[in-house]
Amino acid sequence: MRKFEEKLVAQSLILPGTAVMGQWDAGLEWNRPDPTVAVLAPLFDHLNISTVLFARPAEPYGTILDYLAQRSMGVIHLKDNETRTFLHDIPVLHDFTSEAMAGALKGRKAAILPGRGLVTCGTVSPEQTFVNFSSVLFSCFVKFFSDYLAKAFSGTLEEEDRKIFDHVLSGLPAFSETKASFRKGPFDTEEAVCGAVCEAGKPVVNYGLVDSVMGNISCCFDHKVYISQTGSFLDELEGCVDACPMDHSSCTGITASSELPTHMAVYRNSYLKTILHGHPKFAVIMSMYCEREKDCPLSGECHTKCPEKRTLGTIPIVTGEGGSGPLSISRTVPSAMMAAKGVIVYGHGVFTGGETDFNEPFERLCSIEKTCREAYFNRLGQFKAVERERLWEK
Amino acid sequence: METPDERVYHDFVGGKGMAGYYLADHVTRSWNDPEMPLIFFTGPLVGTSSPTSGRMAVMSRSPLTGTVADASVGGKFGTELKKAGWDGVILTGRAETLTGIEMEDDQIRLVDASSLGGESISSMDQRFAGQAGSYAAIGPAAENGVKFANILFDGHYAAGRNGLGLVCAAKNLKYIKIRGSGKIPIHDPKGLEAARIDIFRLVAASPVLMGEFGISKYGTGALYDLTASRRMMPTDNFRKTFFEAASGLNAHAYEKKYHPGHTGCRGCHIRCKKISGDKEVLPEFETMNHFTALLGLKDISLVMKANGLCNDLGMDTISAGAVLSCYSEIEGRALLPDEILSLLQDMGHGRGPGKELGKGAFRYASSVGHPESAMTVKKLELPAYDPRGAYGMALGYALSTRGGCHLRAYPIATELLRKPVPMDRFTFSGKARMVKIAEDVNAMVDSLTACKFIFLGATLEEYARAFSAVTGQEASGQDLLKIGERIYFQERMMNSRNGFDCKDDDLPERFFKEPGTGSPQMDIPPIPRGKFVEARLNYYQIRGLDANGMPLQAKAEALNLPWKT
Repeated sequence: MRKFEEKLVAQSLILPGTAVMGQWDAGLEWNRPDPTVAVLAPLFDHLNISTVLFARPAEPYGTILDYLAQRSMGVIHLKDNETRTFLHDIPVLHDFTSEAMAGALKGRKAAILPGRGLVTCGTVSPEQTFVNFSSVLFSCFVKFFSDYLAKAFSGTLEEEDRKIFDHVLSGLPAFSETKASFRKGPFDTEEAVCGAVCEAGKPVVNYGLVDSVMGNISCCFDHKVYISQTGSFLDELEGCVDACPMDHSSCTGITASSELPTHMAVYRNSYLKTILHGHPKFAVIMSMYCEREKDCPLSGECHTKCPEKRTLGTIPIVTGEGGSGPLSISRTVPSAMMAAKGVIVYGHGVFTGGETDFNEPFERLCSIEKTCREAYFNRLGQFKAVERERLWEK
Repeated sequence: METPDERVYHDFVGGKGMAGYYLADHVTRSWNDPEMPLIFFTGPLVGTSSPTSGRMAVMSRSPLTGTVADASVGGKFGTELKKAGWDGVILTGRAETLTGIEMEDDQIRLVDASSLGGESISSMDQRFAGQAGSYAAIGPAAENGVKFANILFDGHYAAGRNGLGLVCAAKNLKYIKIRGSGKIPIHDPKGLEAARIDIFRLVAASPVLMGEFGISKYGTGALYDLTASRRMMPTDNFRKTFFEAASGLNAHAYEKKYHPGHTGCRGCHIRCKKISGDKEVLPEFETMNHFTALLGLKDISLVMKANGLCNDLGMDTISAGAVLSCYSEIEGRALLPDEILSLLQDMGHGRGPGKELGKGAFRYASSVGHPESAMTVKKLELPAYDPRGAYGMALGYALSTRGGCHLRAYPIATELLRKPVPMDRFTFSGKARMVKIAEDVNAMVDSLTACKFIFLGATLEEYARAFSAVTGQEASGQDLLKIGERIYFQERMMNSRNGFDCKDDDLPERFFKEPGTGSPQMDIPPIPRGKFVEARLNYYQIRGLDANGMPLQAKAEALNLPWKT
């Protein structure tokens, strides 16, 4: 439990000493004494679970959750494609009682209690509660900023929206200029490749370019793709890199990231040797921003059916779903990567590639997020200017 | 004909749950008592568009283990049964001569099958080829008393492991043929479609199911490389955990040699069954292991022949391979390929040394004074995951209600396949509750009746929505999990009434005394006995059992189960 509490703090998702975590094997253990334990403990009687986590998220997440919850009609419907796959939607509770929480957690992995925090549970280990907690914060962040921009576009922002938004902005960390540098390629041994993959994962997490266990990293060497395992923490990849032969002569890569088909397709069709896949928030937000969506007959299915050739500046935005199958991004990302070495997947994240090592794709990943963040606020600024003009004319 | 009370459906759902409900009152009978029921039950999702909904459960008492015996089986029998208007069939009694049952919607007739005595499964398959509907049949092994004889559905989907084929033979039943023409009503088609889309998306995102090296592409054989790389591949009758030749005997090798096509159960889009261009069924992962590493052999064509032969005779391939490796150890010599095929024939026909081997590894090894060489739990031969390489699996084997089975808790989902999250495979910490909850989940999966593999992607959260959409009965994932707990606890109660307790929830001594085959990077020590016992005790507490593993009345009552002593 301590490990996951520390990770939440390290990723600025909670403040130190605010998480209450319970784990039940033969006996029920808590990470700290806390008054909320009395409310949380009965969850283990109501539900067939092994772990629970409750905490008030750090700012700006706490404010974002409260804002979305208050306008939710009881359920927050998520916007980004990746998180929505696993969380579906998030119930909102107004009663801080065991019964209310149990009722919500019977059918979903997390529930929001406005003004109090977020509760998540798991059936296997505390890691599940951590993953669910950070995923909810990611998807709520994306929804908050997406909704605000959409409202600004439609001219429906209210004073309260602006007030909350300004408050959230005051808690939003400035974009860090990247200083990471990685070992130089090309790599000539399996050990060097695995070392480089592990090394690259840490700053991707530290710079906030990916949350929890999302994202993946790979390097192609000697006809094998060395890739992070499914559900692995990118900042703890030691022992979690699978070697996947491109001729499929061994299936040990069955535990590899679900995006392996996309990585393999890129390597088969390009000169790239390294790939980073992160979920930087503003890239995800801007990938979903479309001013024609409201009147589009494909609205709601944009992530797989949008026929437009979209870009953000020079960065291509492609459609597709994670993993395999007819709608897989393995059918859209590779061709885009060949041209641009960097691509945003609608509502999902960013893939960047390098020719020898991870310096180039990391810089590009950061640069894409920076571009998207600037694009977001530029567009918002344009709406503000238009609004000011309108007010001036009045 | 019986129409179960709505409460029974509510409390037991279908499949394994409903079959257990009908078995409970009879479970102390001997497996060959004519009044011992042999039960076939579909689940509520069968025949609908819910993914992997073409399965069903078969249940009785095991001739091999004496425990509850059940199997989740694929093919299309369940769908046909449901379309014929039946949720389940309960067979009791014993025919005077070998008999078949033929069902078409509500018409049922008994057919003299005495001329089919000794017919192989492939022969039965030819007999029914081209006919509409589905069938289940036993082969010579069941008729000749093999305690791990299967019932085969549609020629190659086995209700395996516990000797259900022998129960069928005890009723003088050679086959059941079924055809249904009805439609399955859906309460909320739009709700079902929404749940289906959610499930499909999760399956597509699962590397184990649909990935580059997943079971959709390579069948369950995809796991062969994984257990080898993790040094937990049962080798030489579990005396080693690594097989040098493994890399040349993996799923890729089969693909190169046999160019298999994809097929699968009715209602499944994963399609993990692999069939060669010559219509030969490729072996499942456990069969691949038990006819190579477990016997120290390197011959893929032997595996194909042994797999085909076991199927044709109607025998469980895991038990057959394991009993041969036990025989090899006791004889003190490696078996040659021809000898293996000959012994399989002997087993299936109840002759020569095969007669004793057909009783299973434990009975055979005990009969020659070497019970320690039988790698069994509750007399059921162990599958292809060495428990020294995954302690949750060690616990899962020991506690399984049908004996040494990997599928009750399927702990490798988290210990090897990292779903829903990875767990350290070399610790018992947290494993007691993980095993208990996983057993409850899988009891529900076998009651719905869906495929366990799809739960490496989807969860009961999504399946609850499908269940509610089909039945109109509102249920959450946790509601279904609670019912799964009732179903599994009932099995534990049934076993306790037949004398099973903590002494049976154990592993062969070898795993606690001998190390596995490590590598410079990976040590595979013996399982720490003290920690194992402690975890087992934790499990008992979590499951609602006393320190001897016996069900507590208070727990039974809390689960709304009638208390029987």
